[in-house]
Amino acid sequence: MLKDITIGQHYPTGSIIHKLDPRTKIVATFLLIVSLFIVTNFTGYIYVIAFIASAIAVSKIPFKYMIKGLKPLLVIILVTFFINVFMTTGEIILSLGPLNVTKEGLYQAVFMATRLILLIIGTSLLTLTTSPIMLTDGIEHLLNPFKKIGIPAHELAMMMTIALRFIPTLLEETDKIMKAQIARGADFESGNIINRAKSLVPLLVPLFISAFRRADELAMAMEARCYRGGDNRTRMKQLKMEKRDVVSLGIIGLLIGILIYIRVG
Amino acid sequence: MDYMVEIESVIYQYKNNEEEDIKALNDVSINVKEGEFVVVIGHNGSGKSTLAKHINALLLPTEGEVKVKSMNTKDEVNTWPIRQTAGMVFQNPDNQIVATIVEEDVAFGPENLGVEPKEIYSRVEEALEIVDMRQYSEKAPHLLSGGQKQRIAIAGVLAMKPDCIIFDEPTAMLDPSGRKEVINTIKKLNKQENKTIVHITHFMEEAVNADRVIVMEAGKVVLEGTPKEVFSQVDKLKELGLDVPQVTDLANLLIKEGIDMPQDILTIDEMVMELCRLK
Repeated sequence: MLKDITIGQHYPTGSIIHKLDPRTKIVATFLLIVSLFIVTNFTGYIYVIAFIASAIAVSKIPFKYMIKGLKPLLVIILVTFFINVFMTTGEIILSLGPLNVTKEGLYQAVFMATRLILLIIGTSLLTLTTSPIMLTDGIEHLLNPFKKIGIPAHELAMMMTIALRFIPTLLEETDKIMKAQIARGADFESGNIINRAKSLVPLLVPLFISAFRRADELAMAMEARCYRGGDNRTRMKQLKMEKRDVVSLGIIGLLIGILIYIRVG
Repeated sequence: MDYMVEIESVIYQYKNNEEEDIKALNDVSINVKEGEFVVVIGHNGSGKSTLAKHINALLLPTEGEVKVKSMNTKDEVNTWPIRQTAGMVFQNPDNQIVATIVEEDVAFGPENLGVEPKEIYSRVEEALEIVDMRQYSEKAPHLLSGGQKQRIAIAGVLAMKPDCIIFDEPTAMLDPSGRKEVINTIKKLNKQENKTIVHITHFMEEAVNADRVIVMEAGKVVLEGTPKEVFSQVDKLKELGLDVPQVTDLANLLIKEGIDMPQDILTIDEMVMELCRLK
């Protein structure tokens, strides 16, 4: 069940996009989101689609794999689509009982659905091409200047790293507890929603207890290895902006320039 | 001879859930020489893990003193130098690995010490080389076996360049092959890298190669000496509820049957020699 979600998953291919500095990719993704909201007509989309398509091609990630990532969000896309189809007033082209399909509505619905799909593909491109640890590193570096106004950049990054580190460990543990409880007659599958939720209690209680114990031991192990927060700490892997990062940011800057020109001009 | 660790009449007292005072350590004095390989044995609740945490300044004695390379753990200024000098490997390999990539986890210690990035790279490579895990440097720790994870944890401590490493039951959660990997690594650290080792365990077989064995019971040191001296006292150890290595037990039983053989047989090879001599 958890295997189907491609959003947030890393897909290593060793392409030039994978090698980009995580800061570049985070900023670029942010700019891409902004650009999607600058666009007001389909002409603008052509440029954005061209940009995203070439980015996917360069990243060597199979297009099918990207589409698979849309599946879990299909419901949201469809709801957006139908709300726009039926809720927009204008020239009626089709009447289904109390619901009216308008020309403007259809246009608006396609427009919004496209925006949503591009948004999802664009952002999943970030997580697919960047390992979680690099992403965390990038976020830490980008937040560093805000330390002065009290944003705990290092602590946030450390928390994310530890969370990522323990996801597989805790999944494994959940599986183990589940099997142990099933062996003793627990039933996680049948009954209505309330019964099923109730049956999760014997799973969640031991899981929580174990998670707290792990946290305690990890904290001690970290202290034993001289961890004392982010001050005076160095990093083995240094982030370095290269030529390709500047070029990438230049391209996305150009895209935004074109889109603004279309909108204003 | 300089002492690496000096533990002087340490008492560690804490309150349990019923608000009673419990003495986890009751007047313990142990000195560990530089380069020595000391094994501490005892069963659960004997105070051996509490002792380990004192050497690393994770716990401070209620009474008495603990010194690492003449640095007193009570002095707060010494806390970080002590933790760098006396590294510690814990029981559960999963709960001491911080990062999602092997080499980044090994780098965690030196990063905390503020070592230069270039120097960290070379330290990480060197540490992984010593524990024989170089080829796994880019792997995710959760995909490794228990023995491999524990070796990564050892590499993480080594990268801090400690003089002494304390092992707090590092093999308790491992399968026999993982246990062997870790024990061989520990031996290597002592013999080739010249690290002082304090190894806490409840597996008697792991004590056979030590320079000195210390047996703890109810917060006290009850036996101390070379492995041969300690394990020849089979009856006393059994009284404490501890096992002796299987061959030592066998030798003891044979002696009781009236067969002439020494009390202090620790390994299968020694046993074979003695049995052949009897023929």
